[in-house]
Amino acid sequence: MAIGKNVPRVDAVAKVTGRARYTDDYHMPGMLHAGYVRSTIAHGRVTRIDTAQAAALPGVEAVYTFEDVPQTLFATAGHPYSLDPAHMDVADRLLLTGHVRYHGDEVAVVVARDRLTLQAAIAKVAVEYEPYPVMVEGAAALAEGAFEIHAGSRNRIGESRYQTGQDVDAALAAAPIRIESHYRSRIVQHCHIENHIALAYMDDLDQITIISSTQIPHIARRIVGEALGLPWGQIRVIKPYIGGGFGAKQDVVLEPMVAWLTRRLDGRPVQIDLSREECMIGTRIRHPFDIALRAGADEEGRLLAMDLDVISNSGAYASHGHSVAAAGGAKMRSLYPNAQVRYHAQTVYANIPAAGAMRAYGSPQVLFAVECAVEEAARRCGMDPLAFRLKNVVRPGDKDGLTGKPFLSCGLVECLEKGRALIGWDEKRAALAGGQDGPIRRGLGVACFSYASGTFPVCLEIAGARIILNQDGSVHVQVGATEIGQGSDTVVAQMAAETLGIPYEKVHVVSTQDTDVAPFDTGAYASRQAYVVSNAVKRAAEELKEKILAQAQYMTGIDSAALDLQGGAVVYVEAPERRVMLLGDLALASYYDKEHGGGQLTADVSLKTRTNAPTFGCTFVEVEVDIPLCRITIREICNVHDSGRILHPIMAAGQVQGGAAMGIGAALYEELLVDAESGWIYNNNLLDYKFPTPVDIPEIGWAFVETTEPTSGYGNKSLGEPPIISPPAAIRNALWDATGVKIDTLPLTPHRLFRHFKKAGLI
Amino acid sequence: MFPISDYKKATTIEEALALMAEDPGLRPIAGGTDILIKLHKGKPGYDRLVDIHDVAALSGIRLNDSGDIVIGPGTVFNQVIANELIQTHLPVLATALATIGGPQVRNMGTIGGNLCNGVPSADSAPALLVFNATVTLRSHTGVRQLLVADFFKGPGEVDLAPGELLTAITIPAADHRDHFGHYIKYAMRDAMDIATIGCAAAVAIEGDRLGDLRLAFGVAAPVPIRCPAAEAAAKGRPLDGELAERVAAAVLSDVRPRDSWRAAKDFRLQIIGELARRALRHAVMNAGGRLPCDRP
Repeated sequence: MAIGKNVPRVDAVAKVTGRARYTDDYHMPGMLHAGYVRSTIAHGRVTRIDTAQAAALPGVEAVYTFEDVPQTLFATAGHPYSLDPAHMDVADRLLLTGHVRYHGDEVAVVVARDRLTLQAAIAKVAVEYEPYPVMVEGAAALAEGAFEIHAGSRNRIGESRYQTGQDVDAALAAAPIRIESHYRSRIVQHCHIENHIALAYMDDLDQITIISSTQIPHIARRIVGEALGLPWGQIRVIKPYIGGGFGAKQDVVLEPMVAWLTRRLDGRPVQIDLSREECMIGTRIRHPFDIALRAGADEEGRLLAMDLDVISNSGAYASHGHSVAAAGGAKMRSLYPNAQVRYHAQTVYANIPAAGAMRAYGSPQVLFAVECAVEEAARRCGMDPLAFRLKNVVRPGDKDGLTGKPFLSCGLVECLEKGRALIGWDEKRAALAGGQDGPIRRGLGVACFSYASGTFPVCLEIAGARIILNQDGSVHVQVGATEIGQGSDTVVAQMAAETLGIPYEKVHVVSTQDTDVAPFDTGAYASRQAYVVSNAVKRAAEELKEKILAQAQYMTGIDSAALDLQGGAVVYVEAPERRVMLLGDLALASYYDKEHGGGQLTADVSLKTRTNAPTFGCTFVEVEVDIPLCRITIREICNVHDSGRILHPIMAAGQVQGGAAMGIGAALYEELLVDAESGWIYNNNLLDYKFPTPVDIPEIGWAFVETTEPTSGYGNKSLGEPPIISPPAAIRNALWDATGVKIDTLPLTPHRLFRHFKKAGLI
Repeated sequence: MFPISDYKKATTIEEALALMAEDPGLRPIAGGTDILIKLHKGKPGYDRLVDIHDVAALSGIRLNDSGDIVIGPGTVFNQVIANELIQTHLPVLATALATIGGPQVRNMGTIGGNLCNGVPSADSAPALLVFNATVTLRSHTGVRQLLVADFFKGPGEVDLAPGELLTAITIPAADHRDHFGHYIKYAMRDAMDIATIGCAAAVAIEGDRLGDLRLAFGVAAPVPIRCPAAEAAAKGRPLDGELAERVAAAVLSDVRPRDSWRAAKDFRLQIIGELARRALRHAVMNAGGRLPCDRP
């Protein structure tokens, strides 16, 4: 049995010995290097572009401008294709543009034989602009008569609303305790280790092969086809090992350009390898949200209603469009299902870098607002914020307020109780009860979240798995689900071993997805893979096992119903210790018996999932605040999660620690700074963008409340994204607890603390 | 890859000086932790280099006959930090250098490079300023010696003529004996960051009084500075609860912090006053005294 065990990662040796090949390891003879000429202003029109000097540099192969590229608008979001035209992604991109919409937009591309020549040539392209009005905030873009960043859009990308319960306004009006506040999150970036990189070449006159660091190879294939007006079957996308993505690679960024370039350049290999500085502005960011929130509670501590009005700033291009704001609102609904909720969101264009998918996809922004407001409701009721949450959070038997569907697995109350014990909530709270007045003060905070295990019913959920029995009794597993560092291949191997009844070591997972041969799956996002792939792998393993046992029946004459596969051998169901034959012997006979037998035994499953399991958890934190130095230090923090059954405890802990660390980054450190007037970006580098280092991240505690999710192949639910969601609100609530200062905008940097402490008279 | 158009390697000081005399456009490169960043950013003027990384005479730390500490400018940060003379006589310099970058940078970057780069945030500067360190500058034609305080001319600008090389950093015996110091780097994170404000203090205690205070700041003005007003306000004062407040108030007339997107002026002033208090308190503690103060 492999599920629930700390088996070695399937890719551990390849990665730690440096043998794993990433996109940049695929050098090809004669490979050309391409790079963008980026706009130096945030909004305007190119009035003149002179490429002659760049093109004349020895070693420069080509310079193309926005005037040279196909004029077919395409959408870049890594969403499954939609058969419903109303649900299709917004097509607002060209390969290059003469109307620049953010500081760093792509007006031309240079192709050179080496990278130094490339950089020199890019610097020699002279561009003149006619400036347009710059709008960096969503509200400015929404103003009546605002300049249209995309013609005909009115700067609006999408809008949605839902309501649960009977009458939110009446509930709010009648509530004895009313909260009204405005919560804001600023721009953060993924900072995945491996920058965006892609390479394309042609082996014949039709097929374009792209090797790319992508989370979504099958989607990338389709979008490249759409962008270049080519049949999708002519595009082949290969995803090798990848150094992280966190959603920035759930978008098609470089693939259409390298594909177009190789086609223009007679099939020669062309690589684009973005620098960190480019990656931080020219790929994707997290949407900054402005949320006006009203909430009502009664004096007994019942949360009655919440009304959220959200503006999601998508920046220069739609990318994932309105989906992020819609998803954040939908996934929040499971947290307090007994309160009425009204959620209204608009997604807008602005002159900042394009926002797209990022770990937890809208939920961090929405739940920051919700958990700040809930904190306030608790304090206004005079209640312990933990007790207030315990009174109001989802419990088994509760139903989704919109769909009426019951929550099947739900351990949030247990998570809160476990976290309470782990951090010593009651003892610490009692110790702080006397109040504090020195320059250094401590505080406690808690925050909860709810999330989902995929995108259904909004999007298609599909997974493919193919398992092949090898001659030696081992199996190869191919999935379309992509390993991007999260451990997906390892849990796939565990699932296959578990259901087939063979040792984990006998399962080889093909890590590379090649769209010519890999089963169809839409890729790594929405914390969907382990949940959605579980049913496909399970079914494929069951089918293969059935074929193996049929072969055993053929070879032994024993009814296959009396046989089982355990530990890599065929055994008797009634007496598993009695071995009938080794799987390797069975496989040899099946392959090579000239007269009889099954041949190569395989199973190939493509399965659509039509469920989506909500997932839950919380963060507890104790902070120390140095008031004169305007600085928060985390003394203790832990995340507790209900992610169903835990497939691999060490990797699960790794996800929690990595996610919580990213949450701490967003809470205390990270902000991409944009000049309010010019749209100029100040800090698109890792010195000035204060991504926390290992010494800045405290030890992060974790715990799981294991439930069994009946809709999942192995009882598991999502875990990849959720750990990032609740730390910021917990830290903000702890700051309030420590100092009495309530800050509703992230991040809580010393600069921001200084303003608030000064206003509060603390310094 | 970096756009380097000319590269020469020197193995002795004389060789380096000769190369630079012949071709004043050559820039010396030692650890490269600043110059390669400039090249990465495409800054002009750094593509022609003379490599002094392996000039043995530029590296190492010794005590001369007068008891002065002489630091070879080519000594990498980690060697300075671990050096026994520094640990014994100038631990505050080790504290300051240990805040620079991360382990890789501290294994490559040199203390001389940190000074010659001339940025207001150089962590070595405040610590050297409070010990009245001097720099020795050699060229093909001569030698001169300057106080570190006079070496800084403006942001990114030092008093180093074309063809001139920093060959020694000297801390006079009289200035490091009997003075005990402390350095605090205030940055947005605890590694891989430049100082928002850097503060070094060195004190001599006479009984229950402060015999002498030397206070220096990085990023509090266009160049690293000493704080004469704060020093005067503290000299000879009793070690009482009022002292730290006097220094924190007086230092505001010594500093001229910038208002920039990296940090606002009023925020920097808040941090400057607070660091003055804390650095003073810790320096007094290191000198064996005690200063009443509710700060950590």
